[in-house]
Formats: sequence, C-alpha cells, structure tokens
Amino acid sequence: MASHGIKDQVAIVGMGCTTFKEHWDRSADDLMIDAVLETLTSAGVAKDDIDAWWLGTAQSGMSGVTLAAPLKLQGKPVTRVENYCATGSEALRQACYAVASGAYDMAAAVGVEKVKDSGYQGLNAFPIPTDGTQRSLTAAAMFSLVAPAYAERYGVDPKELRRTLARIASKNHANGAKNERAQFRREMSVDAICKMPEVAGMLSVFDCAGVADGAAAAIVVRAEDAYDYTDKPIFVKALSMVAGNGSGLLDPDFDYTHFDECEEAGRDAYAQAGITDPRRELAMAEVHDCFTPTELVLMEDLGFSKRGQAWRDVEAGAFDLHGDLPINTDGGLKSFGHPVGASGLRMLFECWLQLRREAPDDRQIDTVDRGLALTHNLGGYPGEMVSFVGIWGNQKG
Amino acid sequence: MRGIIGAAGYLPHWRLQRSAIAEVLGGATGRGTRTVASYDEDSLTMAVEAARSVLVDGSPAPAALWFTTTSPTYVEKTNATIAHAALRLDGDVIAADAGAGLRGTAATLRSALRSADPAVLVLAGDVRTGLAGSTDEGSGGDAGAALLVGEDSAGAPVIAEYLGGASATREFLDRWRVPGEPRTRSWEERFGEQRYSALAGQAWDAALKDAGVDVDQVRSVAISSPHARATAALSKRLGAAGVDVVDPLAAQVGFTGAAHPSLLLSSMLDSAEPGQIVALVSMADGADVFVFRCTEAIIGRNASQPPGVADQIAAGDDSLPYAKYLSWRGVLPLQPPNRPEPARMSAAAAERRLDWKYGFVGSRDRETGALHLPPARVSFVGGNTDDMDPAPMADVQATVATFTVDSMAYSPSPPTVFAVADFAGGGRLPVEITDVRPADVSIGMTVEMTFRRLNTADGIANYFWKARPVRSAASTDTETGSD
Repeated sequence: MASHGIKDQVAIVGMGCTTFKEHWDRSADDLMIDAVLETLTSAGVAKDDIDAWWLGTAQSGMSGVTLAAPLKLQGKPVTRVENYCATGSEALRQACYAVASGAYDMAAAVGVEKVKDSGYQGLNAFPIPTDGTQRSLTAAAMFSLVAPAYAERYGVDPKELRRTLARIASKNHANGAKNERAQFRREMSVDAICKMPEVAGMLSVFDCAGVADGAAAAIVVRAEDAYDYTDKPIFVKALSMVAGNGSGLLDPDFDYTHFDECEEAGRDAYAQAGITDPRRELAMAEVHDCFTPTELVLMEDLGFSKRGQAWRDVEAGAFDLHGDLPINTDGGLKSFGHPVGASGLRMLFECWLQLRREAPDDRQIDTVDRGLALTHNLGGYPGEMVSFVGIWGNQKG
Repeated sequence: MRGIIGAAGYLPHWRLQRSAIAEVLGGATGRGTRTVASYDEDSLTMAVEAARSVLVDGSPAPAALWFTTTSPTYVEKTNATIAHAALRLDGDVIAADAGAGLRGTAATLRSALRSADPAVLVLAGDVRTGLAGSTDEGSGGDAGAALLVGEDSAGAPVIAEYLGGASATREFLDRWRVPGEPRTRSWEERFGEQRYSALAGQAWDAALKDAGVDVDQVRSVAISSPHARATAALSKRLGAAGVDVVDPLAAQVGFTGAAHPSLLLSSMLDSAEPGQIVALVSMADGADVFVFRCTEAIIGRNASQPPGVADQIAAGDDSLPYAKYLSWRGVLPLQPPNRPEPARMSAAAAERRLDWKYGFVGSRDRETGALHLPPARVSFVGGNTDDMDPAPMADVQATVATFTVDSMAYSPSPPTVFAVADFAGGGRLPVEITDVRPADVSIGMTVEMTFRRLNTADGIANYFWKARPVRSAASTDTETGSD
C-alpha cells in the first residue's frame, strides 16, 4: 500500500474566480453561477460538457442540489464535500481522481461560501449537539497559541516576533493591493500593523484572514486531452491530504510550533511530484495564511525554511513577491479574503494565472521558469487539523 | 463516636471593596470587603469546591448528600445531583436539595448528626444579592461550605465529636424573598432581634443540657445569622458568660447565607485544639445549637487541610470594580462580542459523558499509559483499542505550555483566558483559565482544576472544569496561632 499520486494524468483546462468581498448584493447561487460561467468560458466548453461536479462548501448549503439547482444541471452527478477550510481543495481533489480513474472525461470542482449572511464577525460553525465541554475560542485565539510557543522554543524576543508576523501581513497586503479580485487592496506598513490593538494573544485583526463571500471553479480533463481545450494547461503533479487525529490536543509532546498534518501532506506531495528541494524547485506557493503565525510555521512545515529559521527568512524578504520563493502572490487569505469553500480553488487560480504568465505585470513572479507551484490549504486548529497540499506544473513531465 | 470528620469552606477568589459601592452610588462608605462569586461560579460550584476539600483519600463514602442554598441554579430539577456527579459519588448515594430556606443548613446538619448512616455529606452554597446600594449587597458574601459527618474510624477519624444540641422554632416574619427576585425584604429589625434572642436563649440552654456541659466549659462559639443585631446581642451575652465568640467574618467575607453556619464552623475548627468544646449557633427562622468536643485528630486535619478559611481570606483579589460585580450578577448587562451565543448542551450527550463532564475523568491506556482527555476508546499512542482505565484528573495539577487571551470569543465576561495545560504525570487539555488577570498568565505557571459553570443556554447551566492558578497551601503556624 502506498500513496502513488496521479502525476501528469490529469490537467486543469479552465478556471474562474469571483472577486472576494462582502457581496451583500449576491447570493451563494449568484456567486456559483458567476464562477462557473467564467470557468466554462475559460475552457471553451458548455455546462452540459461537464460529466460530473463536486461542490465544496463548508456551510452555505447541503447536498449536490445546492449547485445543481441554480445551474439547472440535467441528470448529472453532483457531490457536496466539506473538509473544514480545506473544503475547496477537497472538491478539486475528488474531481481530479474522478477523471484519472477513467470514470469521466471532464469534471468540475466548484467552491463557494456565503459567509457574510450570518450577521456575526468571523467564521462560525454549525452547532452540533455536544456534552457542552468543547472549548469556545475563536480560530484567531487557537492559532495565536503558536506565537508564544514559537518565541519560547527558538528564543525569539516576542517583540521581534510581533514584527515578523506583521511583516507577513504587510507582504500579503502589498500583494493583495495589486489584485483587483482581492477583498483588501490597501498596503499596510509593519509599523501600522504593530500598533493595532491585540484581540487574540499578540494578534490584532490585521493578523487575521479577511472574511469574504466568493466562489471559484476549475475544469479537469485527462492530460492527453488537455491541449484540445487550451494551449496552456496546468498539469496535476501531486494531490495530498492528511486528516490529523487530534493528538496534538492530547499529547504534551506537541509544542505548537509546527503542524504535523501539513508536514506529512507536504512530504507525500513532494514524493508524488518528485521534488527534493522545494525552496528552489518551486516557482511559488499559495499557503493557508489564515493567521500570520500560521504562514510563519508553514514555511518550516513545507520545507521552505529550516526549523526555527522561518522568522529570519521572513525578515530577509525570502518570501516576498520578488524573493527566493514568492508566497501568496495574490494576497493570500489575509488580503484576498477567505470564503471557506472557495479558498482552495482560489489558491489554484493564482497558480493558474502565474504559471500561464497571465498575472498582471506588477504581480508576475520572476521565478516562473521553474514551472511548478504549490497550494497548501488547511482546516481546523493547531493540534487537530486537515491539511491539503497540491503541486501544479505548466509542463507535462 | 459521631461527629464532624471533615469541614471546609470555599471562598471565591474575587472580593468587592465596600468602598467601591459608595464610589459609584454615593452614600456612606463601607469598610472591608465582601467575597464575590465569579461570573462562572454559583451556589453549586462553590459547594462542590468545598466538598472536594473534605472528600480526601481515606474519607468514608457518604451515604447521603444534602445541599442547601437560597440561590439555586434550578427549581424543580434537583441541584444536588450535579454535585453528586462532580464528586463522583456512588449511584446508591441519595443526593437531594434541602429547599430554599436559610434554615436548611442547620436542618441537614442536625439530620446528619442523628443519622444512622456511616457518613453524610452536608453541602451549602450561596450567592448573596440585593438591590444596588442595599445593606444585603454590601454585607452579604458568596461562599460554599462542606461538612462530612459520620462515625469515627481509624482511617477517617472524627475531628469534632457531637456532644448534643437543640432547636427552637416559632413562626415569625423577619426576612422574605419571592422566588426569582434578587432582593430580600425584611421587617423592622428590632422585632426579629427580640424573637431571635428568645429562641436562641431557649435552644442554647437546651443544647448545653443535652450535651451535658456547663457554659464555662464552652471554649468558643460560632454564631451565624442573617440578622446582624441578633448576632451582636447573642455575642454580647455569650461573651459575658466567658465564651469566645469567633469572628463572624463580616469584615472581609460578609454573611454567606446558607453556607455561613458550615463556613463559620469550619473556620472555628481551623484553629481549634484537642479537648476544646465548641458550639455552633444558627439563627434563621428559629435557632439551632450544636455542641462539639474537638478530638486529637484535629491536629492532623489542620496540618494537612487545603487552604483554610483564613488563608483564603488572605489570598483574594479585591480589585474587582463595582460595575463588573454588577454585570456578573446580571444587574448591569454588558455588550457581548458579536459572536453567536453558545448552543445549549445535549442532555443525552452530557449523560453519556457524565464522568468526563462532571467528574473530570479521562482514560489511561493500559498498555502505554497514554492519558486521554476526554476519555477515548482508541489510544493516540499505538492505537490500542478498548483497553483503558478511568483516569480521575480533577486533583492533578498542570503546567501551562502556551496560552492566549481571546477578546473576540463569546464569554459571559470577556476576555477569555485560555491555555494548553499539561498535567503532571501525563495528559494535556487546552482549557480556559479562570480567577486570573490576563497579564498574570505565563508559560510554565502551575494550575489546578476547578468546577465551574461555563455558560447558560435555554436555562440550562453548562457545568465543566476550568483551570485556575494554584492556591497556596495552608500555613498551619498562623492558623493555630490565630486565637
């Protein structure tokens, strides 16, 4: 038994992504329709050409009817999937496997979230009946636990770490400012971010992902058919997913400075794709920067920095738009916004643009010749999360 | 020999300076402090905390648990069964409420002392309220108290032998409260003073006769009453007879309602010595007098007891603003964070996890020793399945591995202070820290578990455990020297 992957067996031939923002005037139906229409146009196909659909939404609807009804699909299989904040990547993963298996010629993955209709700040999960002993912290507070633990373990002055985290947010704001689809398009200086009041541990609201409505979609075909639809297909190099068993909440050996699920998913994905030096082989990565400490430790979990060194690499600008390895060139969750079910597909959308050299000039990466991009999408909390890593390439191997 | 095997009071961490009331409302500036139940405490949680101090290794299993409060979490539903679950008592132990009257504590103590059961647990707790600026608000206090009553045994000796007692009853109207109201109303106080004076005199004389002792043999007396003038009058009378009247804790604690008789008895025993004869007088809609003789076992008890009443008085935090006190009592509703309020717990899910939710019992993998909080069927170390022992963790201390302060989460009193707690000997739980100022939390600090009410939804009080900074151990030298 092994994780073989489906390297170069399937390809993405069309994508679409709505703007992410507070879409007070658009329903989840509207957002799905907009993303799907853009995607169909991108691939030059009609909705009836799609043989099977996967819809990722965390809590904007249940069952495949959520997509089939607004699009008026006729007699097609539609499956709704949910995997915390990695929901969009999960929908994509299922569509890729469906085509690779030979079951379908063409599959679509759609992700959507209508977050802002709840009337509350932040993300709020459906209440599942429980014994009442579950903690009730915000996600920001759960991820803020990483900061003091990281500072303690690596001997980083908390004030220094505060600036490092602000630098991550500032970078993502700078990238997002160049992205017309992003929720927040204002640059923010490190000093300004450091001055914001703390809301969860040392984190301020500027350390948190934007909460937005939005949708994104992708069309998947067999690799050998890809050039029938586009001259610049994006080939699937690796798909990896790990659901943690929650032992970080039980095990005193877990020290809140790394996420095992992300490290394991990364390792599996690199093996599938044949990557041995991700920092130099990848042209870019879109990672799940739900909160600034998350992006910090992901640099280590995904092998971009040595353990305990990510904060130095961040300070040195290694992950800036024109750094060694550009990270979150579209602004990331921080600046692009985080409609839960759509985010995994949004990450792929940026890789799609960059690897096809279609990103706006002021955002185009210098490293595109490396030809490979990574998306990392997690859901849950430190100690109990799901993690997805996908690797994408503009050349068939 | 039958008597008191264990006695403990529980004083909440927070204190309100009485001067803080006048600073807001004007009027005469009171002196001293009153104890204040935190927003996550109630009459039941405080009684449980006190009971945990008397149910120690070697204690006899009580056959009955009686709980008294005038501020119950529930009517119709019995509150005592929640204490029964939190204290992990056996299923054949009766647990019941004594009713909402102040006299219930004396009644359950009398019943326990005269019972044929080998041991009975007498619990009481109260959150004392009153209208803003009222005498009840300023002179009241919040506390829990526990008495373990039973037969003397080698493993669990009686520390105060019951010598005898008496009661006196005559209906008269002194104080009354309509269920659900925060305020208690009272009659002109000289009327009650005289009624109590007569009843207490009658019960006192009868109790001494029943105990077979003369007044000059009584070393000290604790007098508990909601009626301050009646207390003062009786104190003066017994003092003149040469009896040492123990501090009623009015200056720093306040009158703690149903908890007060047991709290004062516990406080008196904290500094008592073998052979001393002590008495407890409770005046609440009648008078009840109990006479005890302290045994040699009180020396060991006072050396090993968790923080005594005096220690707890000294350890409180009196920085609580009056406005926050009012918000904790629901008088001054504060704007909560814009987050959904918690959903009510599932009764079925809570019952399935009774030992976890109320008793804080995890599970330990028999093969690897890996500890699971909450209990699990499959081990996170090695995957061993359905091979676990229960692991009671309520009395195990923990160390803070990392922590945060959450200003955005819903809480009855934001912000939420939260830590990852690693237990001595293994086991971890990410858990809320209470009774702490956010700035005082640090990695490496030691915490202990405390039974609290997390929230209330749909009228259902959701109880579970939180961590709090470890309370300092008893200092026996200062305790025994206090009289």
